[in-house]
Amino acid sequence: MKILTGNDLKTGAVTWWTGEGWSIHVEDAADVGEHGESIAAAEEGARRVNAPYVIAAQATAEGPRPAHIKDRIRALGPTVRLDLTLKPADPAVGEWVI
Amino acid sequence: MYKYDHYDQAIVDARVEEFRDQVRRRIAGDMTEDQFKPLRLMNGLYLQLHAYMLRVAIPYGTLDSRQMRMLAHIARKYDRDYGHFTTRQNIQYNWIKLEDAPDILADLATVEMHAIQTSGNCIRNISSDQYAGAAADEVTDPRPWAELLRQWSTFHPEFSYLPRKFKIAVIASPTDRAAMRLHDIGIEMVERDGQLGGRIFVGGGMGRTPMIAPEIKDFVTSADLLSYLEACLRVYNRHGRRDNIYKARIKILIHELGADEYRRQVEAEFAHVKTLGLDPPAAEYDRIAAFFAAPAFDADAPDAIDRSDPDFALWVDQNVAAHKQPGHAIVTISLKPAGGIPGDASSAQIDLMADLAERYSFDELRVTHAQNIVLPHVRKADLHAIWMALADAGLAEANLDLISDIIACPGLDYCSLANARSIPVAQKIAARFASPERQRDIGELKLKISGCINACGHHHAGHIGILGVDRKGTENYQLLLGGSGAEDASLGKITGPGFDEDGVVDAIERTVEKYRTLRTDGERFLDTYRRVGMDPFKEAIYG
Repeated sequence: MKILTGNDLKTGAVTWWTGEGWSIHVEDAADVGEHGESIAAAEEGARRVNAPYVIAAQATAEGPRPAHIKDRIRALGPTVRLDLTLKPADPAVGEWVI
Repeated sequence: MYKYDHYDQAIVDARVEEFRDQVRRRIAGDMTEDQFKPLRLMNGLYLQLHAYMLRVAIPYGTLDSRQMRMLAHIARKYDRDYGHFTTRQNIQYNWIKLEDAPDILADLATVEMHAIQTSGNCIRNISSDQYAGAAADEVTDPRPWAELLRQWSTFHPEFSYLPRKFKIAVIASPTDRAAMRLHDIGIEMVERDGQLGGRIFVGGGMGRTPMIAPEIKDFVTSADLLSYLEACLRVYNRHGRRDNIYKARIKILIHELGADEYRRQVEAEFAHVKTLGLDPPAAEYDRIAAFFAAPAFDADAPDAIDRSDPDFALWVDQNVAAHKQPGHAIVTISLKPAGGIPGDASSAQIDLMADLAERYSFDELRVTHAQNIVLPHVRKADLHAIWMALADAGLAEANLDLISDIIACPGLDYCSLANARSIPVAQKIAARFASPERQRDIGELKLKISGCINACGHHHAGHIGILGVDRKGTENYQLLLGGSGAEDASLGKITGPGFDEDGVVDAIERTVEKYRTLRTDGERFLDTYRRVGMDPFKEAIYG
């Protein structure tokens, strides 16, 4: 599957296109198929996202998992500061990234 | 320490208001990201993996307690309660909101700080020796010259759009603690026949094409220094390549022209520039130098140190250096605690270091390119009290220049350019060599890790260097041996095929154990490597 990601303009937070809007949780990301570039252009033009790009991801039971480690780190947070990730209380969170 | 005059303050204040308006226009949609990006970068604001990242300039790594506390305040109020000290003696914040950036810059301006020229193709923060003004072997304090260069290079109209970024280091000691020859321009202040001047090295650097700067001029009088540097930059600005970002640094120009031809062109340009009256009058230099006058040292400070506490004595032996003033010492606070992140400090730790500087070090701190903090002027009689306070804050690691005193870039945990994570590798190596006795037995060993070819972690200059690469979507680590950023500068050589994260830690252990079998009395790892070459280590690593 292909999913669309970028950063929130004002906060810089990593965001994922849900099909209707933007979420900071990658599990909310929608498969954009071949429409990623056009959605990105429209959303960037509307200033709802900054520097959007399309990435490959695997569909899993827990939701999309980005194919590349860089995007998994973006999705979660730094692997060396789990307290700063989106799931600070989840001990398995590091394994999801690596 | 240098204090802003009204020109300095007006420049910084005006820049804050300019950027505030630019941010407002970007958020309002009056500017696209393509239009805004170069403007935010000129103010040190990057977009990194998780958020905006703000890089704050710390000129020549020197700051006072008021400025240090402001860095803590920014970490607490606008970030996630910590900051990351960098290999350019700066600090970075990783979780900045665009809408907060103008307020942060305004706060910084109240303590004579900013983020100007911490990005972009301009002259970046001037770096220097963290022991400046304290080292016994310096011929002069390099900081007045670094400050002069800061003023010369700030908003220099000719050099705001160079072919590529430009880094300058100034030292004034035969011991190079600033990786001077790995800069675009390295200056070593020296005395010749009673006259002060500079040896000028041009064209060094790391990145994908590492080079050690050749000496371009063996002596430029201090009265001609700015004009000579102006000529060096002009030749680069004229001929440096703008068509290929990978060939745009001055090191490539000098490599292609040859040092002799580059020198000839600089001399010709210098003859012209010298007629322009660029160099400041002696009175202006004296005005700047007065800010860096030695503090009022205690002439009666006792020289003896009570070493009855073995842990304290260990720390003194490892992290305390000789000071030019009897009864005083230079303290390096390691930001490499076991299990920690190299260069990171919490707001509470930053505040504590500010307090210690105010109370014990004539209100001065330095940031080192090795991502540690220095208290430059400490009475030996106060060392124990300082150590006790540091220990309470987790800052008393006695590992300066040992294998766990690792330089590591933020790597893939934070940086959008990185290909691999650096910090976890540093942590695993530090854990593998956790025993203080083992570290001391190994002795001086500078280990440096970069998460990509841009080499922010100085891997080329590590006695042992590690370069993280992306191999088909998987992190892979190349090992290099034999680099040095010191006065015996050299570039590390790749040992062979790379390793995964655990494999590179094992390879380093085999390298270190091989060194222990090969070394002669007093030989550092680097000395042994240079004596025996790569082959014995390669055999130990790969079998």
